[in-house]
Amino acid sequence: MIKGKIEKKPFHMKAFIAQYGVIVCLILVFAFFTIMKSKFLSISNILNMLRQTSINGLLAIGMTFVVLTGGIDLSVGSILGASGMFAALAAQQSTGMPWGIAVLIGLGVGLLLGSLNGIIIAYLKVPAFVATLGMLSIARGVTFMASNAKPVPGLSKGFLEIGGGSLGMIPIPIIILAVVLVICFIILYKCSYGRYVFATGGNAVSARVSGINVKLITCSVYMISGLLAGLAGIILTSRVTSGLAQSGDGYEVDAIAAAVIGGTSLAGGRGRLWGTIVGFLIMGVMNNGLDMMAVSSYWQLVIKGIIIIGAVMMDSLNSGTQ
Amino acid sequence: MRGIEKSFHSVQVLYGIDFTVSGGTVHALMGENGAGKSTLMKVLAGVYRCDKGKIEIKGKEVEFTTPKHAREMGIAMIHQELSPIPEMTVAENIYLGREPKKGLFVDYKKMYDMTEDLLGSLKVKINPKEKIGKLKVSDQQLIEIAKAISMSAEIIIMDEPTSAITDKEVENLFQVIRDLKRQGKGIIYISHKMDEIFKIADHITVLRDGHYVNTWEAKEIDNNVLIKNMVGRELSDYFPKKEVKVKDVLFEIKNFSRGNKFRNISFQVRSGEILGIAGLVGAGRTELMHAIFGLEKPESGQVYLEGSPITITKPKDAIRQGIAYVTEDRKSEGLILQMSVAHNITLPSMSVFSKGAFIKTREESNVIQQEIKSLRIKVHTPRQPAGKLSGGNQQKVVLAKWMIKHPKVLILDEPTRGIDVGAKTEIYKLMCQFVAKGNAIIMISSEMQEVIGMSDRMLIFSNGYLSGTLNRDEFSQELIMEMAVSHI
Repeated sequence: MIKGKIEKKPFHMKAFIAQYGVIVCLILVFAFFTIMKSKFLSISNILNMLRQTSINGLLAIGMTFVVLTGGIDLSVGSILGASGMFAALAAQQSTGMPWGIAVLIGLGVGLLLGSLNGIIIAYLKVPAFVATLGMLSIARGVTFMASNAKPVPGLSKGFLEIGGGSLGMIPIPIIILAVVLVICFIILYKCSYGRYVFATGGNAVSARVSGINVKLITCSVYMISGLLAGLAGIILTSRVTSGLAQSGDGYEVDAIAAAVIGGTSLAGGRGRLWGTIVGFLIMGVMNNGLDMMAVSSYWQLVIKGIIIIGAVMMDSLNSGTQ
Repeated sequence: MRGIEKSFHSVQVLYGIDFTVSGGTVHALMGENGAGKSTLMKVLAGVYRCDKGKIEIKGKEVEFTTPKHAREMGIAMIHQELSPIPEMTVAENIYLGREPKKGLFVDYKKMYDMTEDLLGSLKVKINPKEKIGKLKVSDQQLIEIAKAISMSAEIIIMDEPTSAITDKEVENLFQVIRDLKRQGKGIIYISHKMDEIFKIADHITVLRDGHYVNTWEAKEIDNNVLIKNMVGRELSDYFPKKEVKVKDVLFEIKNFSRGNKFRNISFQVRSGEILGIAGLVGAGRTELMHAIFGLEKPESGQVYLEGSPITITKPKDAIRQGIAYVTEDRKSEGLILQMSVAHNITLPSMSVFSKGAFIKTREESNVIQQEIKSLRIKVHTPRQPAGKLSGGNQQKVVLAKWMIKHPKVLILDEPTRGIDVGAKTEIYKLMCQFVAKGNAIIMISSEMQEVIGMSDRMLIFSNGYLSGTLNRDEFSQELIMEMAVSHI
């Protein structure tokens, strides 16, 4: 925390809503579903919901890093699919490989694809939108080819524990998410690397004049995004117990939405990690609650879109001055 | 304008200001940064609505709802912060929103012809079809002025119109202003450049901390009276030069070249010296400094620090060797506006404040507080975003950022552009303190008074060539100008 003489500012409703509105939103949505369906508040339901959300959570965290630099990663869904598929291929009981190796392979694929994104964007100067759009296609294609468009079942027990198992009462994916969250918090707020990420997104030229290797920072956030997508892919594949070539299709939307709802600006340089967390929790609660109420999934899409627009609208309405 | 009051979020910035402009005169509005000049003018231009007070045009009371409304009533404002649309042409920018039409379609030929005439009358040699984003800041400013003039305003407000243009171009502008006067227009001129004010203004009004101080006829007062009223205290030694023993050569460059931007430049700077670099805008001075600092690659050039050659391929190399660069445009190159003042200050020094990968926040916070105190940076809290500070304070943040690295060579590119008198003197004092410790400063400046007042030696650039060197006892405005145009 920065110590400084802080003038006592009068309480401003507008500023409060801008900063913490998302939390209020989360509480309201949660309360709404609790009222509608009493079973919503049960521990088993909440744990289940968190287990499902952990995948989106990992993608959203990675996306936050990318968006903070002013970039975007449209390929996270496909990288998730590719990593999950290669991990599945390695984790089949027939190969006899220990699940640890399968995990490393999955992470490796995620890191590799993320690095390719990073190099193309930072060093070959292709705009992020275009580069990751291309990777979205390429990774998905590779995934289908690797599996011959057939599901890859029969995964080893150890591997299946990752997505389906629990440590005591707490599902393992939640533990993984929590650990990743803590690490990312530290990196972003307690390390100089985090400052460099904000600086690069805020003003890349000024950052460069200050001696920051802007290209390296830019490349690195895509590597992080890819790595986390790889991790998410492993968890998802483990949960659905087989490698499916279409895994993760469309997940990038939710990841971007979570970051944006949480207050991270798509222009870069501004945003907060806890906001992203609230963002994907809101979406997770919504998905879960609406499922419980048997609302058609098409309605869910509509509601999701409204929330995304609404959240950003609140943000821009507030940051517009006199 | 009478009794104008304005507050932002319970912070009052204008306390009952009265201000009158007569047709056919130039009325200068002066005051330190934060005195309220820009705010007052934005109220007049319809950008803000005042909380109390009234505005009368030709005796009739008016109330503006939008800037467009104010423009329709004959008030045009040329902002200090330029905001052209970079991908559109000069003509498109000038006539944005009021393009000449042929039926439903834009009459491009007419637009370009009108623009040519307009620029011609201002003696501005810019192609109307050029994309405005490609022009230099000084040219963009001239276009901004042309735009306001084309709106046939009765009252033209110019906020720091000459901050990025050279003396030659300023004369052109003054010619145009005199023409406008003859046409009966009223001009409100905000500037920190006092020699300009006395050249062009008929009346001068001073604001201080949001309060009205006084109005005079320009011929009634002089620099000292003006400064005293603006600052509220005696400002002796506007350029606080003290005798500093100049010692050995600290920094040297040899044979720096890049195409026709700068050709075969070599010079030395000694410990304790302030080397001024004068020249017209576009002479290649900033490009040279970019190359020295590692921001751009030159075709040739060698750098020497304390006699030994050093290699600089990127800013980090230069920084590590003890070179610091305060860039020309603090908003786009010097600061990260969304980041806090605190984080901006420590950004190039993170390795000092980190143990391993982690930031030592308490140590960092102490150093930040120290710098804010010693440079007298006015902030509510160090966590305030840098973008919310006034120009002078922003520049001090940039300086603070470099000072904590204890550099040996400080490159300053237009260090006091757009900064008020009080802050300017503070920066000059800091410069003198800096070189007194045995360091050196290379200062690019387009302000004649400043470069003459602060330099020990001066290099004059002309169109990429180093056309001359002058010692302090040889300084003369005419000589400098002569050298600056010698290679055009």
